[in-house]
Amino acid sequence: MGNTSSMLTQYDIEEVQEHCNCTFSQQEIVSLYQRFCQLDRNGGGFISAEEFLSVPEFAVNPVSQRLLRMLDGLNFKEFVAFLSAFSPRATTQQKIEFIFKVYDSDGNGRVAMNDMLEVLRDLTGQFISQQQREQVLTQVLEEAGYTKDSFLVLSDFMKILGNTGLKMEVEVPVD
Amino acid sequence: MSGSEKLTSSSSELDLDRPNIEDYFPSSSIQEPRGKLRLRDLLDISPTLTEAAGAIVDDSFTRCFKSNPPEPWNWNVYLFPLWCCGVVVRYLILFPSRVIVLTLGWIVFLSSFIPVHVLLKGHDKLRKKLERYLVELMCSFFVASWTGVVKYHGPRPSRRPKQVFVANHTSMIDFIILEQMTAFAVIMQKHPGWVGLLQSTILESVGCIWFHRSEAKDREIVARKLREHVRGIDNNPLLIFPEGTCVNNHYTVMFKKGAFELGCTVCPIAIKYNKIFVDAFWNSRKQSFTTHLLQLMTSWAVVCDVWYLEPQTLKVGETPIEFAERVRDIISVRAGLKKVPWDGYLKYSRPSPKHREQKQQSFAESMLQRLQER
Repeated sequence: MGNTSSMLTQYDIEEVQEHCNCTFSQQEIVSLYQRFCQLDRNGGGFISAEEFLSVPEFAVNPVSQRLLRMLDGLNFKEFVAFLSAFSPRATTQQKIEFIFKVYDSDGNGRVAMNDMLEVLRDLTGQFISQQQREQVLTQVLEEAGYTKDSFLVLSDFMKILGNTGLKMEVEVPVD
Repeated sequence: MSGSEKLTSSSSELDLDRPNIEDYFPSSSIQEPRGKLRLRDLLDISPTLTEAAGAIVDDSFTRCFKSNPPEPWNWNVYLFPLWCCGVVVRYLILFPSRVIVLTLGWIVFLSSFIPVHVLLKGHDKLRKKLERYLVELMCSFFVASWTGVVKYHGPRPSRRPKQVFVANHTSMIDFIILEQMTAFAVIMQKHPGWVGLLQSTILESVGCIWFHRSEAKDREIVARKLREHVRGIDNNPLLIFPEGTCVNNHYTVMFKKGAFELGCTVCPIAIKYNKIFVDAFWNSRKQSFTTHLLQLMTSWAVVCDVWYLEPQTLKVGETPIEFAERVRDIISVRAGLKKVPWDGYLKYSRPSPKHREQKQQSFAESMLQRLQER
């Protein structure tokens, strides 16, 4: 049961729905609100990093720290917008935009080899050396027609990932 | 997430106290089409992101500790007055009479227990027998004070050395419900307040072992105490709740292996509460034990089933962790609970970095393997 003081009104739901481009149904937004309140234990109106990390399934994820930076201080409306890329109604373009944002940690619209190396390091940890990572990345970049000094922008990501049929969906449990 | 896969625990898992979590999570990287590694394969982090988002939206661990109150039924004009009458009866008639019953029980108990404890100091066997009986009696008074309707199935526990009893844990009243039938010795987290007082005075007489969750060295001391207790012929049978924390009676979290490596028979007990009148789950994050008890005492009844199940022993070639999971399976099936692959103590601490490292390792290996393919 929601333990924050405010209940969602119909107006609130519609506002949130508009903000996330109607990727979630009204019922899903209500469920997400219940989940938001459940995670936001101190009722501060946003979910702190501690509260996210109290979900063990999230804490063991290799990119959790990266996502925490994106989730920091989001209120409910922004929280739903964040998750909108994972809705089955989201377009491939929206999903690729999300992935691009994860890579582009400084938000300047460009992803350099360094950014890609950092994500790769999150995913592989100590099981591959930094050298090996650089080697592999340089190799696949060159095979794809880039160099290790190239900057990738959103349209590059669209081109590379666009026709792979991205599977990036979560189901919001609706009571 | 069924437990039908054979759980293999590598030796590196032993210090983690739990079986391989990887067996529970479908690893999507395994189903990836093999082939030469391309840029899009490195950039496509969607499986990892999906797992993270899935965890944010709904996760099995938080579900274990969610109180699910029973559906409200007082929602129309005929039922609402009925419900109001019910409230009046519960709070103004039942509750006071229950308090009286409980107070009576305390008086009877204390007036018998204290003399027995003090006067029969020399005659230990008789004293212990009487104290056991008195504790069972006191627990019956407790159960009566919330009108506990408990149905016991299966053969009653017998007093024998080299056996421990394990049960799933929903609330501290589990202990009281089981204790009214058999005086168990118990291992418990030391609580503050009046509960702690009870623990250190009366429960001492049936034999109790204390521990502190936060102290790591405590584990060895406790393990030693457990072993000593089980060997003693005169000691009461030991009751252990291997989950280590209260779960909401819809799920079971992983069992700690402590009870399963004592080299004795393990007798499983399954407890299932019927939520028809009240939800007996003690959500220790949300309410104190006193509030919880008051909630029980102002409801109509606490209905539950207790099954005493067939004693199990460690099979040849089975590790204690596998044994624990096997017993958890038996209890979960009997009580209709779903199993989740999480350690209950994650309520209080973060998961060990080993789990993340396992994911990283499998990703790294798959990446290197695909690199070899031309």
